[in-house]
Amino acid sequence: MNPSDSKPLEIHDLTVAYQRKPVLYGVDLEVSEGTLTGIIGPNGAGKSTLIKTIMGMVPSNGGWVKIFGKSAKKSYARVGYVPQRESVDWDFPVSVLDVVLMGRYGHVGWLKRVGKKDRIIAGECLEKVNMLPFADRQIGKLSGGQQQRVFLARALAQESDLYLMDEPLVGVDAVTEKAIIELLRELKNQGKTLLVVHHDLSTAKAYFDQLILLNMRLIASGEVEKTFTRDLLQKTYGGRLTIFTEVADQSAGVREYEKETESS
Amino acid sequence: MAWAILSLFTFPLHGEQISAPSDSLLERGYRFLTLSDESVRMVLLGTVLMGLSCGIMGSLIVTRRLSLFGDTLSHAVLPGVAVGFLWSHSKDSWAILAGATLAGFLGVALISLLKKTSRIRQDSALGLVLSGFYALGICMLTRIQKMEFGNQSGIDKYLFGQVVGLSSTDLWTMAFSFLLILALSIFLYKEMLVAGFDSEYARSIGLPVDFLQYLLWLLLAFAVITSLQIVGVVLVSALLVIPAATATLITDRMRPILIWSGLLGCMAAATGAFVSFLGSQLPTGPIIVLVSASFFLSVLFFHHRNGLLFKWFSSRNRNHRIALENTLKAVYQELESIDFQKESVSVGQLAKRRRASMPQAHREVSALVEKQYATLHADQSDSPASPKPVLISLTPKGWGTACRIVRNHRLWELYLTNEARYAADHVHDDAEKIEHVLGEETVRRIERILSNPRKDPHGKLIPSQRDIDRGFIS
Repeated sequence: MNPSDSKPLEIHDLTVAYQRKPVLYGVDLEVSEGTLTGIIGPNGAGKSTLIKTIMGMVPSNGGWVKIFGKSAKKSYARVGYVPQRESVDWDFPVSVLDVVLMGRYGHVGWLKRVGKKDRIIAGECLEKVNMLPFADRQIGKLSGGQQQRVFLARALAQESDLYLMDEPLVGVDAVTEKAIIELLRELKNQGKTLLVVHHDLSTAKAYFDQLILLNMRLIASGEVEKTFTRDLLQKTYGGRLTIFTEVADQSAGVREYEKETESS
Repeated sequence: MAWAILSLFTFPLHGEQISAPSDSLLERGYRFLTLSDESVRMVLLGTVLMGLSCGIMGSLIVTRRLSLFGDTLSHAVLPGVAVGFLWSHSKDSWAILAGATLAGFLGVALISLLKKTSRIRQDSALGLVLSGFYALGICMLTRIQKMEFGNQSGIDKYLFGQVVGLSSTDLWTMAFSFLLILALSIFLYKEMLVAGFDSEYARSIGLPVDFLQYLLWLLLAFAVITSLQIVGVVLVSALLVIPAATATLITDRMRPILIWSGLLGCMAAATGAFVSFLGSQLPTGPIIVLVSASFFLSVLFFHHRNGLLFKWFSSRNRNHRIALENTLKAVYQELESIDFQKESVSVGQLAKRRRASMPQAHREVSALVEKQYATLHADQSDSPASPKPVLISLTPKGWGTACRIVRNHRLWELYLTNEARYAADHVHDDAEKIEHVLGEETVRRIERILSNPRKDPHGKLIPSQRDIDRGFIS
């Protein structure tokens, strides 16, 4: 692998619309290898949409995404995705270990069953997030923070090079939050690249070394020192762009579709 | 209304029984169990295949919260059955399977289209498609019934089910769809698991989630269509939902649910076929559903871990134990109030402390005696009262338990005030509950944290292990 000519993630002029209402507009982005990047922005800014579009779950209306220099589709085997906790049916009859083993499915391939080696890896990943004692528990009988840690263990079991995480710190207590961040740093130090949607401005500066400021448009991206500035944050969260979104609404001829854009 | 539809058809008895009513019960049972009869073999094979297919597919849709889809599908395929019949001019099962599958897919596609393009929610979309397609199907079948070649066709059995007319082609289609379903649940087990639990993630690892979903619909349609002629449109969803629901009462893992659901479906089908063969005038389809439902009820009440009866018993036992422990505690407190100068208290004193009536106190005391926590004896002193009060003394076992409860209570109060910073007057009610559930190990840990305290927040002595062993407090 030659890091100089194949960035983990390159995005060019990406535009996404739900129900004809633009959610992301002409986003250009480059993420370097071995970085821990936070994506921040107000509600409805398109943070989750950005991640889902990269993963090909939401169709884009223009622009392209390249992962490790190839088209996104060809590189999904190297990407680990951690969805929002609400996107899952927690009553589904699976155990904690079953869920972590799902991280191995990409390696196992079609029609085959997970092997002993996969079980060992899954066990180790559970150990890393301190959830091994719960391996046999039905997944719904865990607290929110524990469920998030299981998701993380599944991502670890994927042994990916690029991780995309959608709000992994929501509903997590302070101690777990620290532990998760510790783990993300460790992954970064192993040369992995991590992109994390984050909702809490007060901790963003401390947790990440790169930031992406997003509000429909890419406001800024880069080192925390250069991006976590009053001016840029004002631009991201402040009122200046409201005209932009209003006009976008009108141009789509759609009144209220906020629910669909953010919650789905 | 139902009768209006019914009267359009001219079948003798919907849901016909298999056996000739002339044999005796014993003879019929013998004939069924020895499988000597060709028709018995076909019926049994058909119902068993149906039970297995529907059981397995049912577990896949029930765990995905799609129970109503089975019902919708069974109604939506009806116009397809009619089209298949019109096309082949006979009750050829392959033509009907093809037509019905097509109609089923049209229904499913319509549901997702409605969901995507309008404000209609899923449940309404299901209701719309179900009733709309069903009405269309009824109209078409009624027309067919009135046509020349439609007479005596047996097409009406798709509405109410009729096990008698099963042909070998029917059995072949059933076997075919069962094998596909079995293959799906074995070879695509993990793909189905991850797609059902977390479809976004499944997509992210490159699984064709939409394809899997359509595969699920296809096989569900197969299971439904091949079962239609045995149990009829309305009862198919029972075959899908009941075994799977029963299985989810037994376990909360996917693989056992799949296996249990298949087995339960199969057992219900075989038992139902047997019962309806034994009895005369018993329709097979509804009997199968009733057997299935009785399995469900048995598990609901009698399952050794999750059954309602078991839960009721264990909660009753727990309440019993708590009542005993509270009586013991009252005896202890009574003894404590006289500085342990005597070894027994009277029932009257106990009643006063427990704020209970005398008969109530007597009942509580006899419960203690019964469990050998205490002994009763008459007052030997020269007290002037007559009749002489009955005295209660604790046995060593009773003493130990009483000490443990009091210790738990006071330790917990102390823990709450010292460590959790509760005010001293806030801790009693909480301790009243916790005292009955604290385990020995937790107690040790609390003792260690509080460095083996002697007194509780209210200044009362906490009985120690030594006091329990010695049998008295000093």
